[in-house]
Amino acid sequence: MSAKGKVHLPVGQEAIEEKGWYGAHKFLIWRRVSQAFFLILFLLGPWFGIWWVQGNLAGSMTFGFLPLNDPLILTQMMAAGHWPETTALIGGLIVLAAYALVGGRVYCSWVCPINPVTDGAHWLHDKLNIQKGWQPKRSARYWILGTVVVVSAVTGTIAWEIVNPVTMVHRGLVFGMGWIWGMVAAIFLFDLLVARRGWCGHVCPVGAFYSLVGIRSLLRVSAVKRSECDDCMDCYAVCPENQVISPALRGKGEASPLILSPDCTNCGRCIDVCAMDVFTFTNRFDTHVEAPNDAARVTEPSNRHAA
Amino acid sequence: MATAAKPKKVDRRRFLTDTARMTAGCAVAGSLLAYVTRDAKALPDTALRPPGALAEDDFLAACIRCGLCVRDCPYDTLVLAELGQDGPATGTPYFTARDIPCEMCDDIPCVAACPTGALDKGLTNIEHAQMGTAVLVDQENCLNYLGLRCDVCYRVCPMIDEAISLDLLHNERSGHHAIFAPIVHAEACTGCGICEQKCVLPEAAIKVLPVRLARGAPGEHYRLGWEEKEAKGAPVVEGIIDLPDRLPGPGTDNLAAPGGFVDGLPASPESSFQGGGFEPTYKLPEVTR
Repeated sequence: MSAKGKVHLPVGQEAIEEKGWYGAHKFLIWRRVSQAFFLILFLLGPWFGIWWVQGNLAGSMTFGFLPLNDPLILTQMMAAGHWPETTALIGGLIVLAAYALVGGRVYCSWVCPINPVTDGAHWLHDKLNIQKGWQPKRSARYWILGTVVVVSAVTGTIAWEIVNPVTMVHRGLVFGMGWIWGMVAAIFLFDLLVARRGWCGHVCPVGAFYSLVGIRSLLRVSAVKRSECDDCMDCYAVCPENQVISPALRGKGEASPLILSPDCTNCGRCIDVCAMDVFTFTNRFDTHVEAPNDAARVTEPSNRHAA
Repeated sequence: MATAAKPKKVDRRRFLTDTARMTAGCAVAGSLLAYVTRDAKALPDTALRPPGALAEDDFLAACIRCGLCVRDCPYDTLVLAELGQDGPATGTPYFTARDIPCEMCDDIPCVAACPTGALDKGLTNIEHAQMGTAVLVDQENCLNYLGLRCDVCYRVCPMIDEAISLDLLHNERSGHHAIFAPIVHAEACTGCGICEQKCVLPEAAIKVLPVRLARGAPGEHYRLGWEEKEAKGAPVVEGIIDLPDRLPGPGTDNLAAPGGFVDGLPASPESSFQGGGFEPTYKLPEVTR
């Protein structure tokens, strides 16, 4: 494929030419819409007096009857020695069930208000061509998660909530920022100058927790047409957790085309950026792979245009 | 076998090194985090927790900082502490009595809204709340203590005559007026802070303090003799000798002894001796009509 001269095109250029700008940014756009939606939902009350949803990402009440609670905060609470009341328990279980189904780290890519910050830092990181910097192991976040629970138990407090930028930024936007902008700036600079994809990809224990929640989740990305892959590496370039791609994309024969790593955030950027439409959303039981087939390859473009 | 064993050994060493590094890193980070949580436990003295809030240590284990209590407070009394600007642990609810006090709603909506139990649902009567205790911290500037009839703290108290009463004292300055001293009765005070907010002085003379600052505590073994006596209906210790009462005035010989005291007589007078010849150095002023 390199004979076609595609190798030196900028990341995603081929997809834009093939699918149009919207087609090559569909999931990115919808992800931003989703992130804005979950923020605006909470801002309707304080800004416009429409109190459909009260509270913040740590705990909320929708239409006066649907409680939603962050299960990581409840975990720390229990470690700290306080058993939550039924309302919070129900709220926590609903959230657990939802993310266990759609993928734990869907929280990271579709809801978390820090995600646009770190995505922005990464965009600038690429533009400025900065070295990747300090790269702690991907497993560091699980260690930090464990540490957070231990510190909660030892100090008898919900320890991570004292520094957690995720809930802090959300709470700040809904209730009052104080010096939280400073924290946002710190994370931006950390991701930009200290560690590429540092916060979400290596440090954040909230993401690590949701990884564990979605370890058997139903919704998965699959490299269905991996035989069509022309090795442009664009998916690796855009994926925030690109260690998850290879087992699915490079798998041969019977190997599952599903991205089964719980690190995958189901952000869908790989689907956007692939000119060959290798990836697609499916369920974890759908292991079918489209066989390399010349006939299929010929009919494929016409199908795409028909759709 | 030998070739298989070699990489295994390297793997083990690498595993142990990585584990040690992660453990050490987490120990450092965890200690820092623990230090910050300890720091966050220091609640400023002017910040009062909502009604029914657990003791501060338990509160920080239970409050998820969701702000539902803030949203359901009809008087905008409660606010969430903002990072770096307010004293309490960031994101936790509190109020400042001097700004907006607690209006003591009958249905206690903030407690009802709390999903975790950080505000204890066991509090069903707002009059039993203990958000703090009012203390007349500055008697020298309190208008009532100056002999004026301000009375504002007393009048606005939702628990008037129970939590604050006006006790009459003699006004030494004028010699013939009364001082209507506002006295807080901590058992009845809910710490709502209305007295502090309404105090007419530029800086309130009556302030709501956290209970730990506002109150002393009696020794566990202390008993108030007069209460015990009343409960028993008889002296607590039978056959106790009543010692002479000391009268006000100078000197140590001003005793109103049952038998009287005569200079030169033996220390233990005869039981038949019935007063006479006793002249105390202190005399009560004679009443003249």
